Amino acid sequence: MSEKKTNRRDFLFTATYAVGAVGVGATVWPMIDQMNPDASVKALASTEVDVSSLTPGKTITVLWRGKPVFIRRRTQEEIAEANSVKMEELKDPEKDEDRVKDPEWLVMLGVCTHLGCVPLNDKGDYNGWFCPCHGSHYDTSGRIRKGPAPTNMEVPKYEFVNESTIKIG
Amino acid sequence: MSDQEYIPKSKFGKWFNDRLPLLSLASHLTDYPTPKNLNYWWTFGGILTFCLITQIVTGLTLAMHYIAHADMAFESVEHIMRDVNYGWLIRYIHANGASMFFLAVYIHIFRSLFYGSYKSPREIIWILGIIIYLLMMAAAFMGYVLPWGQMSFWGATVITNLFSAIPLVGEGIVEWLWGGYSVDNPTLTRFFTLHYLIPFLILGLVVLHIWALHVPGNNNPVGIDIKKPSKDTVPFHPYIVIKDGFALLMFMIVFAFFVFYTPNILGHADNYIEANPLVTPAHIVPEWYLLPFYAILRSVPDKLLGVIAMLSAILILAALPWLDTSKIRSAVFRPLYKQFYWILVADVLILGYVGAMPAEGLYLLIARVATAYYFLHFLVVLPVLGFKEKTLPVPLSITEPVLGGSPNLVMAKSKESMKQ
Repeated sequence: MSEKKTNRRDFLFTATYAVGAVGVGATVWPMIDQMNPDASVKALASTEVDVSSLTPGKTITVLWRGKPVFIRRRTQEEIAEANSVKMEELKDPEKDEDRVKDPEWLVMLGVCTHLGCVPLNDKGDYNGWFCPCHGSHYDTSGRIRKGPAPTNMEVPKYEFVNESTIKIG
Repeated sequence: MSDQEYIPKSKFGKWFNDRLPLLSLASHLTDYPTPKNLNYWWTFGGILTFCLITQIVTGLTLAMHYIAHADMAFESVEHIMRDVNYGWLIRYIHANGASMFFLAVYIHIFRSLFYGSYKSPREIIWILGIIIYLLMMAAAFMGYVLPWGQMSFWGATVITNLFSAIPLVGEGIVEWLWGGYSVDNPTLTRFFTLHYLIPFLILGLVVLHIWALHVPGNNNPVGIDIKKPSKDTVPFHPYIVIKDGFALLMFMIVFAFFVFYTPNILGHADNYIEANPLVTPAHIVPEWYLLPFYAILRSVPDKLLGVIAMLSAILILAALPWLDTSKIRSAVFRPLYKQFYWILVADVLILGYVGAMPAEGLYLLIARVATAYYFLHFLVVLPVLGFKEKTLPVPLSITEPVLGGSPNLVMAKSKESMKQ
């Protein structure tokens, strides 16, 4: 064994370890993957919401995949305020027009991007939302303006099915 | 361990012990030589064992009535409180038992800090203790989620979201932990499983913790190495058993006070409202025993750095045996360390206080100063102090200062030379 030359035994060891590692990996993976969202959870992927009763300045909160979604019919002042913000002032720069399909309707996940609390409507220093947990302030476009949250409130995939119905997901 | 020579008296005992040396183990545990100057701060090991057993027994009985399902968990807890015979008592013992467990573990940890019990040759005991402490926090957190009240739900949301701070894979990890896109039924069932499992892991680690303790033996208030068995030691039974038993009784009075007179004072009223994913309670606060770390989390304005700071605050303890460079164990002989020790105690209490307050204005400023000091203590004060501090002379043995009335080395030595 003093020689450095690879012999048959070394090959057998390496091959055994390699096969063993694959076997352990293949056994452990199902144990890990079973914890990921299952088929029944994934199946609840879209929700249709009737928004005909919403007047400007009102927000409704609906549940989509276990998370609240804010649907706000914004007033003209709110839209103007959201558009007037300079990009340099934003922590996570994003234009208001990129966050909405129709400026009147703001649809976004009502989940604070800090640690997942539900921000409160019509609160905070920027007339938008305020998270009571750790003090994040969002503006009328749901963009983070002040506080520990790193990013703007997320806009989910959605579409207008007709004039009064929004399909989320 | 010197009890290999133990021989059972009875013939059956000998036969059995040759095959499974349980009697040798029992003999080792009863005769185990213990420093005779242990004070009441040393009784918390026994108290903690009692707490663990209490949590396991009450937890087992609660599990017979609890239903781990998002639609039924909250009601099943109310069912335990109202319908199950003595259910209220068992649940209140379990819920307050968690607080008592942490109360005892904090005293136990701070005793180690004062008397330098984490130092060589007891590093492994200390690290095992830190792992037990981490598991305790995990068990307590998951247990708090099970009643599926508002604090349960939002506490679970906030804490699991800590993992989303990890770059790139964070979101994936959080969904994996949840088993969905939010905290929901899959989260509850897995938390129940793990909450059930962890106490038994802790039990195993406690066995290792005690095993590791029995190799070098107990540290003691004087902090010196002692010969064992010797004039400096007494057998564990009956001396320590009686002392631990008395302390345990005192502790149980405090425990019973909470259970019978103010069973909800350590909890949050919001947790008697069923979980609602659409409404976050106005003020989310963790249980009191996690508040100092929560304050550290909130004192850092950046999400990822806040999480890192919070985890480091706990993990830094594992490095303590190497951060503290002083050879002297007990703070009794370290005049400067003794002062810094009490500043640290105050610092942690302040962190706990501001952790319960809103993170704004003066509270935030105090939290930031206290967080900075916490790390300063471990990373700067302790390493430097070992080199700079002028320590007091340490006695040669435990017996020496007691019998001779001479509290230090020089006097003990001069006494010795006088005898000769």
